[in-house]
Amino acid sequence: MSSYILEMNGISKEFTGVKALTDVSFKVGRGEIHCLVGENGAGKSTLMKVLSGVHPHGTYKGEIVFDGKPQAFETISDSVKAGIVIIYQELALFPDLSVYENIFAGNEVKRGALMDWNQTIVKAKQMLRKVKLDVGPETPVKDLGVGKQQLVEIAKALSKDVKLLILDEPTAALNENDSENLLQLLRELKKQGITCIMISHKLKEVISIADKATVLRDGRTICTLDAAKGEISENVIIRNMVGREIEDIYPKRANKRFGDKVLEIRNWTAYDPQAGRNVVTDANLHVRRGEIVGIAGLMGSGRTELALSIFGNPKSYKLQGELLVNGAPRTFRLPGDAIREGIAYVTEDRKGNGLFLIQDIKSNLSAANLGKLASGGWINENEEIKAAFRYKESLNVKAPSIEQIVGKLSGGNQQKVSLGKWLFAGPQLLILDEPTRGIDVGAKFEIYSIMNELIAQGMSIIMISSELGEVLGMSDRIYIMAEGRIKGELPAEEADQEKIMHFATQ
Amino acid sequence: MNVSHELKMEPKTNFVQEAKSLVKFNIREYGMYIALFVIMLIFSILTDGLFMSSRNISNLLDATGYIAVLAVGMTLVIVIRHIDLSVGFAAGFMGAIAAILLTQAGVPIWLIIPIVLVLGIAAGMINGFLVASLGIPSFVASLAGMLIFRGALLRVTEKTGTIIIKDEDFNAIGNGYIPAISTVGGLSLLSLILGVVAIVLYILSEVSNRRNKLKYGFEVVSGGIFAVKLVFVSAIIAYITWIIAGYNGFSWTVVIMVFVVLVYHFLSTKTVLGRHIYAVGSNPEAAHLSGINVKKITYIVFGSMGLLSALSGILFTSRLQSATTTAGTLFELDAIAAAYVGGVSAAGGVGKVTGSIIGAIVMASLTSGMNLLGVGISYQYMIRGAVLAAAVIFDVITRRKRG
Repeated sequence: MSSYILEMNGISKEFTGVKALTDVSFKVGRGEIHCLVGENGAGKSTLMKVLSGVHPHGTYKGEIVFDGKPQAFETISDSVKAGIVIIYQELALFPDLSVYENIFAGNEVKRGALMDWNQTIVKAKQMLRKVKLDVGPETPVKDLGVGKQQLVEIAKALSKDVKLLILDEPTAALNENDSENLLQLLRELKKQGITCIMISHKLKEVISIADKATVLRDGRTICTLDAAKGEISENVIIRNMVGREIEDIYPKRANKRFGDKVLEIRNWTAYDPQAGRNVVTDANLHVRRGEIVGIAGLMGSGRTELALSIFGNPKSYKLQGELLVNGAPRTFRLPGDAIREGIAYVTEDRKGNGLFLIQDIKSNLSAANLGKLASGGWINENEEIKAAFRYKESLNVKAPSIEQIVGKLSGGNQQKVSLGKWLFAGPQLLILDEPTRGIDVGAKFEIYSIMNELIAQGMSIIMISSELGEVLGMSDRIYIMAEGRIKGELPAEEADQEKIMHFATQ
Repeated sequence: MNVSHELKMEPKTNFVQEAKSLVKFNIREYGMYIALFVIMLIFSILTDGLFMSSRNISNLLDATGYIAVLAVGMTLVIVIRHIDLSVGFAAGFMGAIAAILLTQAGVPIWLIIPIVLVLGIAAGMINGFLVASLGIPSFVASLAGMLIFRGALLRVTEKTGTIIIKDEDFNAIGNGYIPAISTVGGLSLLSLILGVVAIVLYILSEVSNRRNKLKYGFEVVSGGIFAVKLVFVSAIIAYITWIIAGYNGFSWTVVIMVFVVLVYHFLSTKTVLGRHIYAVGSNPEAAHLSGINVKKITYIVFGSMGLLSALSGILFTSRLQSATTTAGTLFELDAIAAAYVGGVSAAGGVGKVTGSIIGAIVMASLTSGMNLLGVGISYQYMIRGAVLAAAVIFDVITRRKRG
């Protein structure tokens, strides 16, 4: 039998024309903890989905050998049967059910056709002991903190005779204590012979726990580092993660001149009562007129939460600290208040909460500022049509008419409509959250050009982005966030990918 | 009416092709009108024209009034992804309040109507509070309201049983007709004048609309289609007027119904408030992030539903000339059915006030026509159920086709 429990060879996966994985090989030794690292979009999650059967056999190229046998998983349950269990970042638990019901959900302990609840509870207790979770098996899962919920997930995995446990950013939502506990547990499981793959953005954790680490970049395997040979260090990982030139796709901006501070926040903390933790902690940040401020950071670092807490606090966080618009302190109760002060927020999820997909381009463009088109509450439809034409032309939205339903446009054109909606509101500060996610290179360039044009007209922009190239190419100044805090601030001239990654993985 | 406003004109096509493409593009909207036309035609043939007689049409419209105003309010409630089950008994209760104020407290009628309407708004606001501020699902909140109003109706009519109303002014709301002034060949003169005024206003507004669009340089439908449309709609108004003028003329119920439809039609399509309502319905989260106060909109829509429930109660009580212990039973489901037949979508954000009125008239026509034919009540329910299902199936299929 080979010393590898898992061998993935020559894996390629394409999504309608976009190559997500190219000839990836990934080998995991029996009984080791193997970390998988890479930037957002490097292909880590896709690779794990191929492994677990989310992308069924036949939709990708290459071969998977698990436990000495070639595998062709058609569904997730095939891979579970073989002994592979994935625990995703968003936990898949039933919050209202008890711990023991959750552990055996989909894997019920039965006697004949009926549930054997007593046996279930006995077994659940064994599992809880294994993961060192000291709670009663009857406790509803929603009463547990995220850290303990994570352990319930692991207990659930163990109840299925897991051979290979995959954890997708297990510590992203955990505090330091819970994270340390989890890592300790993984070391214990390793002693019991369970192999573990962990996807993580936190390089310190990777260094402390990994036996091996494989770096992916742009859908390719870059290297596999071995801790026993002393190869795993922060610098080596970062160099391999980013190691690419910024292509010249960022239009240059002539004569930069910055004015007064348009927006400033001081000691800004946002507590999310639903998550039960601070999503933003003690942030200080400012934006000057005519400036593009980039906010970098990995997913879950609190960037979107920061933007929302500034933009009228639609998620009802408990806020502390000061917010100043043009030097004057302000309190926003609703997004409408922020809009009236000239702040606009283009969401990262244009389909989910940015656009009215069943409405046409015209209605979407005017939605945030209908008052401008109305007198006495009565809309001047002809003015609306005229405005819609103007924005469709100037933003180069490719659609047969302004009465085209927005849900049928391509991603890039939807993003332009989303942007147009806010330009029509006439803001002085535009917050762009992942402005180019999921759109093609051509449309990206157009969005960048529009941003430069807006700056030339005296607007200011905060750009949140996971693409380091974009942050470096467009920003005048960069803040880097991690775990809800602003970990660093860099002028564009001094910034490079390594420096940003250092702050972002703290 | 959905006309492409592109500046770049498509190559000019001939009249028939343009008409065809218009029908194809607006099939969902025209579908209901066509269905209503087909239903009326079938019943006319089966009853040897009795169905389209002045007397029957007039009765049919009067009997629709109290459901139609509920359907108008319900449309907006469903558009913002909610439901209001309390409207039936709310209407019954408000009607009883009006009857008690009139017969026992001796309040003058001109005071009673505003009092009851304000009470209705207050009742709707309570629903709005439960749904918008406390976050209770509207189905449950309004189900509770339905039970409470039912109990309240029984409570106030317990001692007296049915409250008979003798006030002629009040009873005229549901049974009376606008004065004829004089008759022309047996037709009510004032009703004829109203019909002519409606046609003139319609033509003037369409023409000025078109002129405005041309001034802005937008594309409009060709002159031929425009003329056909004007003649067609005018002919329909003229025909309805002629039929109704033949039997006492327009009833107060129809006048009130038309007024409510016009107000809500313009409110929902031409004002900022209306647009915000549809925005909330099509994506509440995006609406919230666009600076629209979703809570406020929810309050307004439920408040308006309460107002219309009260109006419905007044219409019904006046029509029966009495407040009964069971008034309002199943009104809410008739109103919901009318809204769905009229093209409202449960997914939110889609549905027109005018569509729901047509839906209400379709349902009323079915009842009326089948009554004339002597169809048993058991079959009537089944057929109305089938029509409701068919309307929703049509809606789903055409939606899928157009994506």
